[in-house]
Amino acid sequence: MILLIFMLLPPSHLKVYDTPNDEGGSITIEWRLSPSETEREFRGYEIYRALTPQGPFEYVDFVMKGKNRYEDKGVKDNKPYYYKVVAVRDDERVESPVAGPGIASPQWFNTGRINVLIFTIIFGFFVIYYIKRAKRDKSLYIRKITGLDAIDDAVGRATEMGRPILFSFGLGALTDVVTIAALSILRRIARKAAEYEVRLIIPNYDPIVMAAAQETVKQAYTEAGRPDLYKENDIMFLTADQFGYAAGVDGIMIREKPGAIFFQGFFFAESLILAETGHSVGAIQIAGTTAITQLPFFIAACDYTMIGEEMYAASAYIDREPQLLGSIKGEDAAKLLIMIIIILTAVIGSIGFFIPQLSSIYEKIVSFFETS
Amino acid sequence: MKRGVPLIITFVTGVLIIIAFFIPHKPFGNLEQRFLIWYSIVAGFTMLLGIDSLIKYHIRKIRFREKGWGYSIVTVTGIVITLIFGFYSWYAYHTPLALGSPFMWLYTYMIVPLQSTMFALLAFFIASAAYRAFRARTIEATLLLIAAALVMLGRVPLGEALRLKLPAIANWIMEVPQTAAKRGIFIGTYLGAVAMSIRVILGIERTYLST
Repeated sequence: MILLIFMLLPPSHLKVYDTPNDEGGSITIEWRLSPSETEREFRGYEIYRALTPQGPFEYVDFVMKGKNRYEDKGVKDNKPYYYKVVAVRDDERVESPVAGPGIASPQWFNTGRINVLIFTIIFGFFVIYYIKRAKRDKSLYIRKITGLDAIDDAVGRATEMGRPILFSFGLGALTDVVTIAALSILRRIARKAAEYEVRLIIPNYDPIVMAAAQETVKQAYTEAGRPDLYKENDIMFLTADQFGYAAGVDGIMIREKPGAIFFQGFFFAESLILAETGHSVGAIQIAGTTAITQLPFFIAACDYTMIGEEMYAASAYIDREPQLLGSIKGEDAAKLLIMIIIILTAVIGSIGFFIPQLSSIYEKIVSFFETS
Repeated sequence: MKRGVPLIITFVTGVLIIIAFFIPHKPFGNLEQRFLIWYSIVAGFTMLLGIDSLIKYHIRKIRFREKGWGYSIVTVTGIVITLIFGFYSWYAYHTPLALGSPFMWLYTYMIVPLQSTMFALLAFFIASAAYRAFRARTIEATLLLIAAALVMLGRVPLGEALRLKLPAIANWIMEVPQTAAKRGIFIGTYLGAVAMSIRVILGIERTYLST
């Protein structure tokens, strides 16, 4: 018994299997932790691999203590591999029994994402159904979005004051959906700016966004019948550095004193630096972002703030095209479905505290919504 | 044609990315990663576009003595010095990012302090914005003021010393009402993003394209 306490014990229950839901070339090894793990001198586990149970075994990797799983990504598909795990304490080593064979193979469908597929199909169905319905029935209702309604007033105010308009996309790239939504808001602002003959300044953090903004503004000025007013120089690249960008935009605000400022896109810690400077120059400010951590700053410092989904509804709200309105309606239907599921799950989970059968149903629902 | 080609590219790329999300088998498995690498390469080249725009903008300001042209001289000088330091470090140290190289000296002793200064300004801006937001003029603002006071007090040693269960109250505010509101916004935002993506993929949303 005393001898067992001092002996280094190996990991047990070694399991070797093809890593599920992957593109192949990977085998997962799992084991039950060595009882010697509690000792201070215990370092971890060495993983060894071989093509036959007898060996020769080659060293694969070292895993720190406390871990009981390893993914070997250095294997070939459709070839059997055998593994052993060696517990290491100082210079001492003890091997587990050999386990295997494990054969790696690629999968054609990620079963861990079946729930996402189901919801994608349901959501896609809602959107397409409402788009089709909107084509027939053109009187779809969309609630008032104050931030979007205030655009005309803000542009008008800048015109009356004889000051320019400043528009910022924040630090978003064109790969962010919110930047695409911001472009449709910019188009509306640019059209109004062209009508009222107000200067529109757009300092950029990303050169691709800058190019897209130049195209959008040019298009809007042409639509408004004033292509002569378009100035490419006013839509410029500043820097790809976060606080350098904040400093640059602040400088433009202090020098140009814009009458209206629009913050539309994705923002990080620079949001309040920009919004407070804008407030200090007396501009009317309209913000819109999907960055939840920055929303309170914009709400505190700006006159109007569009929260998350309101930005995505912008193009539908502005253009009132039935197809766009239909997709917003589809979004609402999906939201209703999610709300029903959340409420039902909460009720089942709460009652399940007293009734064990309901508790297991609750566990099943929760595990269904987990993804890999 | 000018609109049709980008719409087809968007549709095919969007559909491929959706398929790749569910199919781990080659060639779909790492498709998203591969597209992102392509995007990074394109983005790298567009940086030249950005630098071109920046230099043109400031040279123009200096040439026509526009308002604030003095700052433009500082900017252009900064760009030139950084370029010289970068090329010299590349030549002398084989990489501009080598520790002790002039380029890294410029980064460590000029750019980093400037970034930190801008970031530090946030503390003063938070104070001024909080002052305006917390003025108890409406019921909502009063509730905000009370919640903020409780959270702030609960997060400092003084709150703990008062023994009024302030840390527990602060945690409850952050974990229950705050998280509930945040999750509501999250659900709306992500559904909005998915709907917007469907519109873009199907070519219904075209505001990002010019004619």
